[in-house]
Amino acid sequence: MLPFLIRRLGQAFLVVLTVGLLSFLMFRFVGDPVVSMSREDATVAEREALRESLGLNDPVPVQFATFIGRAVQGDFGISYRNQRPVSDLIAERLPATLELVFAATVLALAIGIPLGVVTALRPRGALSNIVQGVSLVGVSTPTFVTGIMLILLFAVTLRWLPSFGRGETVDLGWWSTGFLSASGWRAIFLPALTLALFQMTLIMRLVRAEMIEILQSDYIRFARARGLPDRSIHYRLALKNALMPVLTITGMQIGGLIAFAIVTESVFQWPGMGLLFIQAVQFVDVPVMAAYLMFVGLVFVALNAAVDVTYALVDPRLRVRG
Amino acid sequence: MRSIPALDNRLRIRGLEVLYGGAAAVDGIDIDAVPGEIVAIVGESGAGKSSVGAALLDLVDPPGEWRASEMTLDGVPIDYKRTHVRGRDISVIFQDPQTALNPLFTVESQLVHMVRHHLGLSQAEAKRRAVEMLDEVGIADPETRVRAYPHQFSGGMRQRVVIALALACRPRLVIADEPTSALDVSVRAQILELIRSICRDRGMACLLITHDMGAVAAISDRAVVMRHGKAVETAPTGQLLAAPTAPYSRTLIAAVPPVDRKIDRFALPDTGAVVSDPSLERWLRANETDAAAVPLAVTGLGKTFGARGFLKRGTPVHALKDVSFEIGRGEIFGLVGESGSGKSTLAQIAAGLLKPDQGEVRLLGKPFSAATPDRALRRYRDGMQMVFQDPFSSLNRRMSVLDTIMEPMHGVPRAEALRLVPALLERVGLPPDVMTRKPHAFSGGQRQRIAIARALAGRPSLLICDEPTSALDVSIQAQILNLLKDLRDDLGLSMLFITHDLPVVRQMCDRVGVLHRGSLVELGATEAVFESPRADYTRALLSYLPHLPELQPAS
Repeated sequence: MLPFLIRRLGQAFLVVLTVGLLSFLMFRFVGDPVVSMSREDATVAEREALRESLGLNDPVPVQFATFIGRAVQGDFGISYRNQRPVSDLIAERLPATLELVFAATVLALAIGIPLGVVTALRPRGALSNIVQGVSLVGVSTPTFVTGIMLILLFAVTLRWLPSFGRGETVDLGWWSTGFLSASGWRAIFLPALTLALFQMTLIMRLVRAEMIEILQSDYIRFARARGLPDRSIHYRLALKNALMPVLTITGMQIGGLIAFAIVTESVFQWPGMGLLFIQAVQFVDVPVMAAYLMFVGLVFVALNAAVDVTYALVDPRLRVRG
Repeated sequence: MRSIPALDNRLRIRGLEVLYGGAAAVDGIDIDAVPGEIVAIVGESGAGKSSVGAALLDLVDPPGEWRASEMTLDGVPIDYKRTHVRGRDISVIFQDPQTALNPLFTVESQLVHMVRHHLGLSQAEAKRRAVEMLDEVGIADPETRVRAYPHQFSGGMRQRVVIALALACRPRLVIADEPTSALDVSVRAQILELIRSICRDRGMACLLITHDMGAVAAISDRAVVMRHGKAVETAPTGQLLAAPTAPYSRTLIAAVPPVDRKIDRFALPDTGAVVSDPSLERWLRANETDAAAVPLAVTGLGKTFGARGFLKRGTPVHALKDVSFEIGRGEIFGLVGESGSGKSTLAQIAAGLLKPDQGEVRLLGKPFSAATPDRALRRYRDGMQMVFQDPFSSLNRRMSVLDTIMEPMHGVPRAEALRLVPALLERVGLPPDVMTRKPHAFSGGQRQRIAIARALAGRPSLLICDEPTSALDVSIQAQILNLLKDLRDDLGLSMLFITHDLPVVRQMCDRVGVLHRGSLVELGATEAVFESPRADYTRALLSYLPHLPELQPAS
C-alpha cells in the first residue's frame, strides 16, 4: 500500500503544480495587472514603482516560485475588484458552495440509487419506462433551463420556496451554515435539486446497468439456489457490488458539481464560489480567477485520491496488493 | 434398472419435461435416488441435463417452464411455496468456484446469512456452524479462515467453500452441477472424494450433473445417460461403463480417452473413408524446403512476468525456467501441465508471439530469442500454424469459410485457391459446398475442423495445437483427435500438442513433457512416462485419474 500511496501523492503533486503554472500564466499574461490596479491618471514612475513592488520585474521562474510559495500559504493576492485578500473572499464563499454540493450529492444518491434498483428489478415495468423516459429529459435539459423552470413553478407560481439567496445563515465562527435555519433549508432546496438532477439520472442509469448485470451473475444465481430471500439478495448482496462503480463516479462528479455550480449559482444568485468566479470573470479579476482555478484543481486531485483509497477499503480484493 | 419401492426413494421424478418456447430441453425423464446414493446425469452439451437441476429447484429461467407427473422428496411433492425450502431441503453445488461466491462478503458472513435465514440460529450459533462446516469440507484452520474473503482461497479451496455453503443446512438432496469441470485434475479428485464421503456419511442423495465420464466412474452409483432431453439408458455405473446397451451410450463411452492404455483410433460410428485428393497432398507437401531441419528445438527457455522496478507492484512470476526439448519430423509432442504451469506461455513463445527472456527457440532452423528483432518475426513464423482452444472466438465471424481458409494462402492464384479450398474441406471431413457460409452456421466441432483446414492452408511443417479439444464434447473430441492423427500420418506433420488432459496425451502423443511451475519435470516417450513415471509430480498427476473399465465388445 505504501509505494502505491507515494506514487499517487507524486502524481497529485505534479497535477497541482501544473494547474498552478496555468493559474500563474493567467496572472502574468491575461492583461497587465499594473494597468488594472493603478488609477487612470497614474504616472509612468508610479506604475513602475507598483510593477517593482509586485515583483513583476523578476525573472519568470522566480515569479512562479514566489507565486507557488504564496499559494501554499493560502495567499493569492488582493482582489482587483473589492481590494480584499482573495483568501478571505474564498473563505466567505466556500461554505455556501460546499453545502450546496453536499446537499445535491445526498439528493442525487438518495433518489438515484433506489430508482436504479427498482428499474433494474423490473426492467420492463411501467415505472421503469417512465423513469427511463423522464431521466432522458433530465440528462438533456441544460441546468439553467431546469433552474428557471423550477423557479417559475415553485417560487413564482406556487410561492412555496424562495427564488434566490441562501436564507438566514448561522455563523459558527469558521463556517457559516444555512442548515440551522428554516429559511436556509427552504432556500437550498431548489438550487440543490437543479444541481442534482444530472447526477441523479447518471447514478440511476449506472446502478440500473450494474444491477441488471450482477443479477445475472453466478454468485447471485447461487444465492437464489440456496434459497436466500429476494429482498436480501437484491438489497444486501447485489447492491453492494453494484455500488462499486457508483462510488467512483460520485467521487469524480463532486468535482464536476463544483464546476456546474457556476451556472446554478448564477441562476439562483447563490452566494458561493461559482458566483464569485462569474463576477471575477466579468471584471477580469485575475487573482480571484487564478485562485478559483487552483482550488478546483486541488478539489479534483483530492477527490481522485479519496476515491482510490475508499475503493481499496470497500473491495477486499484490492486491499492485500501493494 | 433396479426397482425400488417408491417409499424408500429420497427423490422420485416421473415424466419431467422442461420446455423453452415449445422446444423440449427435457422430454419426459424418470429419475430415482435413495439416501446416500449418487446418481450421475451424464450427457453432452445440449442434452438437457442442467435443465433437470433447474426444474428440481424451480429455477428454470423464463420463458422456460417445467412440468412433471410426479416429483417428490421423501414421498412429499416438491413445492417451494409451501412444504420445501430451497437451500435447506434441496441444495446445489455450482460449477465455477471463481464466480459462485460474492467477492465483497467474507465466507463467514455468507455462511451465517444462510443458516440464520433457514434454520433461525442465533448469531453465535450460526458462527459456530460456519466454522463447523469449513472443518467438515476439509479447510484447515477454520476458525481463522472463516473470516477470509473468497479471493483469499485457491480454486480448490473455494470449491470447498461453495460445498460448505450448499450443505450448511444439511439438505436431503444436493444437485452438483459440473462441480469439478473448472478445476485441475489434482483438485478434482479431492473434491469428488469429498462429495462422495459427505453423501455416504450423511445419507444425503446427490444428483451429479456432468459431461465428465471420469467423474461418473469415480463416485457415482448409478448413471442416467441423456441425449436430446431423453434418458437413453439408466444403469448401475459399473455396468454402464463396461457394457452399455444403448447405441448412444456405447458411442459416448467409446469416445472417452482411457488413461491406462493406448488405443490407435477412437471407435466412432460412420466416420467413412477420408477423401484425400492426391493433387492437394502434392500441394501441401510442396512447401517442405529443408527436410533435414528440426521442426522445433527449444533450448534453455526462460520467461518471467511482472517486471521488477522502483515502486512497481507485484512479485515476479517465473512462467518458464530452463525448458529444453526437441520435436522430430512427423512427431506429436505432448506438453501437459495444470493451469499456471507455463504451457500456454511456451506455446506463445514457440509461435513467435511472445519473446523469451532466456534461451532460444529454433523453428525449422530459424532462431528466435530475446535478441530477435520484430521485423524478423514474420519470416520466423513461416512453416508454423496454430489451432486454438476455442473455435467460437478463433474464427472471424464476418469472414466466410472460403475467405477464412484462403487467408494463409500467400501468393496462391485465386483460381488455384478455389480448387484447393473444397479439397481441404473434404480432407478435414466437411462437405465442400459450405464454403460461402459464415462461422455461425457451424457447431463447435465443425468450427474446429474449419480452423484445422485454415491451419493446413498455410502449408505448415509444424502445427501448434493449444488445448484443441478442451472446449468440445467428448464424442466431437474423439473425431478431432482422430483427424489430427490422420493428418500427421498422411502429411508427416509435426505437432506441439498442449493440453491439461493426460488421457488425451496418452492417445495422441509420441513423446511427452510434463510442465510443473515452469519447469520440465519429466520428458520421455509417452508409453514409458505413463507406465513408469520418474518424477513424483507425474506419478501424483496420474494417480488422480479415475480408471474406466475396459469396454466390452458389443454383444
